[in-house]
Amino acid sequence: MSEPATNTIRISVNGNPLAVRHGSTISDLLATLAMKPVLLAVERNREIVRKSEFSTTPLADGDRIEIVTFVGGG
Amino acid sequence: MSQSRTPSLPEPSSPPPLQVGPYTIQSRLIVGTGKYRDFETMRQAIEASGADCVTVALRRIDLTQRETILDHLDRSRIVLLPNTAGCYNEEDALRTARLAREMLDTSLIKLEVIADPRTLLPDPVATLRATEVLVKEGFTVMAYTSDDPVLARHLASAGAAAVMPLGSAIGSGLGILNRHNIRLIVEDSKVPIIVDAGVGTASDVAVAFEIGVAGVLLNTAIAGAADPVAMAHAMRLAARAGILAFGAGRIPARPYGSASSPTHGTIAASEHRS
Repeated sequence: MSEPATNTIRISVNGNPLAVRHGSTISDLLATLAMKPVLLAVERNREIVRKSEFSTTPLADGDRIEIVTFVGGG
Repeated sequence: MSQSRTPSLPEPSSPPPLQVGPYTIQSRLIVGTGKYRDFETMRQAIEASGADCVTVALRRIDLTQRETILDHLDRSRIVLLPNTAGCYNEEDALRTARLAREMLDTSLIKLEVIADPRTLLPDPVATLRATEVLVKEGFTVMAYTSDDPVLARHLASAGAAAVMPLGSAIGSGLGILNRHNIRLIVEDSKVPIIVDAGVGTASDVAVAFEIGVAGVLLNTAIAGAADPVAMAHAMRLAARAGILAFGAGRIPARPYGSASSPTHGTIAASEHRS
């Protein structure tokens, strides 16, 4: 990721710090991370973001984002 | 899997499917997808088990991994049953269930709230509370619980679509430790009872079905076996045998012998009389 500059905001993704461009949405974040938005779910500050709202939900400085998927389990 | 049949002895008909709320599951065996050494072994084991419903766990996505378990499960044939494994309190379990529903667009949830990491026993109080909340939110709750008949009744009253008492602790392989309790739970219940956890080998599955449970859920006993695919096949046959035996109506267990051959007309010098 690029160095934080004035036009970037700092968020955390799954507990890891990340700088993204100001005005980025959840969709932009997933694209940056090269993730298909299908088999995953996203929480923003512990609130679920519906898939239909990925492209309209802007990220704000300090946001805590969780991206989850399924793994093997019993 | 094709098997040779004796023409004069047709295969007994398959048991009716398992109905969990609005979901119909064909196989009485539900298997987990954890602990496999690779996805291909998992895929083959699921096929050998005959299961059409498998559990999956929800975790943070691995930002470096490009392949997920969902790439290896044919969702046109397999119902995914998300679990809340790894949740040690009600709040985490609710959060996990809601995320699972968002991802899969399913109301099915295998609710487990674990009390502590050493025993992995369920926390029955938190499980009951979480069941009440999730049922209100429209979830089809399959509640993993201890083998207590009264608790099972409370979970069903709270709206659980299935109650899943443990045979023994998760991954322990100790089998069905309290058959009497499981039988009481089955006799008492209007919702399907699915024994979940503790199965070590095929006979444990047969025992559960002989008691009359509607289903058995297992993971480690297959995934951890030296040959998971062969064990999965054994589990499928054991389920079949147990279901048939239950339906056939077993003889009562008795403390003394009962001769199978006629007791009269033997050439013995003297006959024992009771």
